[in-house]
Amino acid sequence: MIKTTDKIELMNGAQIFLECLKKEGIKEIFGYPGGVIIPIYEALYHDKSIKHYLVRHEQAAIHAAEGFARVTGKPGVALVTSGPGATNAITGIANAYYDGYPIVVFTGQVGLNQIGNDAFQEADIVGITRSCCKHNYLVKTVKDLPRVIKEAFHIATTGKPGPVVVDLPKDILTARIAFEYPETVKLPGYNPNYFGHPRQISKALELLCEAERPVIIAGGGVVASDACKELTELAERLNIPVTNTLMGMGAYPATHEKSLGMLGMHGNFWANHAVCNCDVLFAIGTRFNDRITGCLKRFAKDAQVIHIDIDPCSISKNVSVDIPIVGDAKNVLTAMIEEFNNKNYEINKDVKQAWFEQIDEWKKKRTLPSVQSEKLNPHTVIEKMYEFLKDKDAIIATEVGQHQMWTAQTFKFTEPRRFITSGGLGTMGFGFPAAMGAAVAKPEKLIFDIAGDGSIQMNIQELATCVQYNLPVIVAIINNGYLGMVRQWQEKLFNKHYSETKISGPDFVKVAEAYGAAGFRVTKEEEIIPVLEQAIACKKPVFIDFVVEEFEMVYPWVLAGNPLNKILLSNDSPIN
Amino acid sequence: MNHIISILVKDDAGILSRVSGLFSGRGYSIESITAAPTLDRDYARLTIATSGDEKVIEQIIKQLNRLIPVIKVVDLITVESIERELVLCKVNAKDEDRSEILRIAEIFNAKIIDVSPKTYTLQAIGDERQIRSLIELLRPIGIKELVRSGKVGISRENQFSNIKNL
Repeated sequence: MIKTTDKIELMNGAQIFLECLKKEGIKEIFGYPGGVIIPIYEALYHDKSIKHYLVRHEQAAIHAAEGFARVTGKPGVALVTSGPGATNAITGIANAYYDGYPIVVFTGQVGLNQIGNDAFQEADIVGITRSCCKHNYLVKTVKDLPRVIKEAFHIATTGKPGPVVVDLPKDILTARIAFEYPETVKLPGYNPNYFGHPRQISKALELLCEAERPVIIAGGGVVASDACKELTELAERLNIPVTNTLMGMGAYPATHEKSLGMLGMHGNFWANHAVCNCDVLFAIGTRFNDRITGCLKRFAKDAQVIHIDIDPCSISKNVSVDIPIVGDAKNVLTAMIEEFNNKNYEINKDVKQAWFEQIDEWKKKRTLPSVQSEKLNPHTVIEKMYEFLKDKDAIIATEVGQHQMWTAQTFKFTEPRRFITSGGLGTMGFGFPAAMGAAVAKPEKLIFDIAGDGSIQMNIQELATCVQYNLPVIVAIINNGYLGMVRQWQEKLFNKHYSETKISGPDFVKVAEAYGAAGFRVTKEEEIIPVLEQAIACKKPVFIDFVVEEFEMVYPWVLAGNPLNKILLSNDSPIN
Repeated sequence: MNHIISILVKDDAGILSRVSGLFSGRGYSIESITAAPTLDRDYARLTIATSGDEKVIEQIIKQLNRLIPVIKVVDLITVESIERELVLCKVNAKDEDRSEILRIAEIFNAKIIDVSPKTYTLQAIGDERQIRSLIELLRPIGIKELVRSGKVGISRENQFSNIKNL
């Protein structure tokens, strides 16, 4: 029987949008208003249960949402307008796609009847983002809106996480219906495989137990599936050293005696050699990017490869895999530990001992500083920062370039979700807004962005956002006056032709002050710690301008396309 | 090696560009592509003829499966299947060639669907080999225009499934 006395409350699309976010547990969004999405801002005006952070450039909204997702493991949300708002979001969407973090990006769109007519601020954002997001939607009727939003969050957060774009035509936002949020999603074409095949798991364990020179590579998938404890336990049981990718920082405690640290183009000498000489390579949640494999043909060429990944596409894409296991890293590793405990697997400790001794031998090879000068050395800055911060459980973001590699090499992360960096896409300008998103998510934590003087200028405007919301992000600018990573390639590979890599910048201290933040300059080693202490004490956004030696290099260095064990350790290493 | 990939998809707006964009974005080739609704109009079938080594085809199938609206992907080369293509071919029909054209049409079971004083238009259906030889036979006579549908394919049912194992 229909009760006629019950008045069904109608809501417009904008209100429904906010209700859906609440159902998904979203409390913070990053965004920038514009013509077609004013109805959402109107709804936000009346509903204070969702806090909106007004960024200063749409790209930063997406990076902030990703930063939020990276430190919490929960989906980040960004809201931008149509046309330029949406096209400015592309880099952020592509960045989250490459590194596999869950964000949902809502873009405004012109009215349904205007689509395709080259209306003011129209862009075919579904067409533009198709190849750089996990999935996207154009909502064509307000009735579909709750279902689409439910599906968007489901897709973003399950399987291999990634960005989902939802395009909202403006008439959808004002059309009114009764709100009902679906309980479940129906996506017959989307069934990620979470549990590895038991037979594959047994085979993998047998191989790992027989192995004489095994290595584990931990990738970002270990962090994404929260499998760090399981990884540590399994590595302990099987007595296997663990190296990590840039995205896998913190997946395995870097201070552990079995940790080899990072591998790859700028990875540790011993990690690269261990991978090149191993007989069994156990890769978990990595897609074997060229920055970690070097020359593919010579990558772990004598090894049998076991690969766990939730994305079947990652398996045997770059590196041929002998034992593929499609599944969620946490589930698969848990199953492996159980299987190992319940059956009588035997590992040959003596053989592995010889392998560890060999690795210790490789560990004696260290890099040498490239430049001796009066100036402050960037290595000194980052080493001091690490010493100062290592017991403070800080979250460290970076931009992209030399400073990023120095940070990755120096900081020994013992916990996941403490290191935020753009790995796959390599986006300069990512770190600062991502750190801002992290500061929103984790107000209790110390948040640093280690930046270069080039990168910071790509999203420097977000200092205004940090000041407005008092997000105390501390930006440590490693200021060498160059686009250092490209300069480094030019120095070694292009006859020191520093074409367009000398870059000037503003007075960062004055910029910080002009925005209402605090600014410090450091030119001497003994100033580093006191300035860091002051920066933390002032509890507001800070720029620290570390004026450093210009020509310092990142070593170890495997030149692009070279095999992973052809490692340059200093300026004296011959390149051929 | 040539492959025919049959893809069952949810028939959302833009599905064709989602699939074809994947091919172009990742550098896979498309030799032909067809798309039409299935019995259930909410779903469509795309048939893509492509080529590549084993590794490439494996990636194509995995990448297609990764698309959310894709329900099922089958490489028809790996199962017992029948492929067909339709061609419409307008050939010059000079007096001295007319009977030859008709003979060729007969061999290939092709129909003459349009006639003019100077041309015949043939409709033929066949697999890749048949279509290719038809074209090669007509070429010296003079093909004015050729339109091909692209390949479609269907898997064979096991014709012995009702016969008891003796």
